[in-house]
Amino acid sequence: MANGHRKTPKSKYTVDRKIPGAFEGETVSRRRFMTLTAHGAGAVAASAFALPALGFAAGSAIFERPEVFWERIGKPEDFPTETYIPVVRTETKGVGEIGKTTVYVRAYNEDIDVPKYQDFVAISTRCMHLGCPVRYVDASKKFICPCHGGVYDFEGKVDGGPPVRPLDRFYVRVRDGFVELGPRYSVNGELKRFPSYRDPGQDLDGIGQYLYPGRFSTPKID
Amino acid sequence: MPKLPKLPAPPLPNALLPTPPRPGESTKRGPVDQAKEAGITAVDWVDERTSLSGGLRWMMFRKVPKGTNWFYTLGSATMFAFLSQAMTGVFLAMYYRPDATGGAYESVRYLTNEVFMGEFVRGMHRWGSSVMVILVFLHMARTFFFGAYKYPRELNWVIGVVLLILTMTMSFTGYLLPFDQRSYWATIVGVNINGTGPHVGPFLSDFLRGGAEFGATTLSRFYAIHMMLVPGAIGALIGAHLYLVARLGTTAPPWLKADTSEELREERV
Repeated sequence: MANGHRKTPKSKYTVDRKIPGAFEGETVSRRRFMTLTAHGAGAVAASAFALPALGFAAGSAIFERPEVFWERIGKPEDFPTETYIPVVRTETKGVGEIGKTTVYVRAYNEDIDVPKYQDFVAISTRCMHLGCPVRYVDASKKFICPCHGGVYDFEGKVDGGPPVRPLDRFYVRVRDGFVELGPRYSVNGELKRFPSYRDPGQDLDGIGQYLYPGRFSTPKID
Repeated sequence: MPKLPKLPAPPLPNALLPTPPRPGESTKRGPVDQAKEAGITAVDWVDERTSLSGGLRWMMFRKVPKGTNWFYTLGSATMFAFLSQAMTGVFLAMYYRPDATGGAYESVRYLTNEVFMGEFVRGMHRWGSSVMVILVFLHMARTFFFGAYKYPRELNWVIGVVLLILTMTMSFTGYLLPFDQRSYWATIVGVNINGTGPHVGPFLSDFLRGGAEFGATTLSRFYAIHMMLVPGAIGALIGAHLYLVARLGTTAPPWLKADTSEELREERV
């Protein structure tokens, strides 16, 4: 300070600070204590409704595991190795048409498919650019997206356009002589399997696999 | 900082001042005067208990700078576009059903084709949304080119940007509600664009959809966000925006230079 007057540090006792009605040995005045208590009670009351409401809105959407179900789509001999057969899978139950999606299925082809995960290849029609539905064109043996020009080859790998990774696939198993379609999984550029499937537009090669973490709600496949 | 002198309260405009009777004019009170008197009494009764008139006068009878022109009405135009959206939206909600299994599309078809004036009211809401977005951007451009975002109005610019984002949220969530092919696929694409944000994107997508897949709750989620969450926030922020406008005043157009007094003006050689 300019006049050389030094402020002495304040005592922690309310008595020394000359607060009216202070008790001996008291460090927090009763007025201050009441203020803090009222604010604390307000914060508790607000979080008592805000936190459950937030958890209600976000919790099951982000953390709940969806039910795993398998759908019969035909007999093993229905699916050739050279082309795809379109089948309809119900991805979300109870919402009618919008819960359904087309899946292209063929049998494992040892000349093309390098990593053998299963005896059938089931390719999703969800474009990996932004999620429009692709269709398989047999004449060119390619998957083509109507929205922004994404093109995928016979294996579902990106051939051109904006998509960031190959088309998603589905788990396939054979039970009691029937081919059954299970949950979706994602693959990266080398067709490595990512059981926690990512949304379209999320790259899985290089830095992408760290930028876009798998979801907590990944279904458990036995 | 020296304390600035307090500005006088804005005066009542002449039209609102009571006029004394002209000399020689009869002082007999007719029914018109009595009706006037009754109105004034009612207003006074409310004002005595709320002191609303002071705030109203502060808000309505502000001094505006010289050169104020039609560009300064874009903000009010945006607000009225929002009010129109709110009004028509409330009435559309009387017929709309957020049912993903077909009820939503059917209810929109019904209110458009069968309900009296339904096509008109839905058209106002549908086209009005585009009008509002256009007006928001024109208002923003006016603020930018007139330099009206500068000190001390930066906070109002920030509130305006939040309002712009909320308006975009309204456009995005409202687009799904008719629940036709266009709505459905546009929402798929929009949610997936959200998902490309690093780290938080995937969880934001799950939050918006109500799960990993587009499902039964996605539509009701979008409906709740569209008609409850965001309009409330927009209304509150418009209030804050307007308060700051009234508090800080508007800027003069950039082509007007401030007048300096004769003594302070430097001699030009």
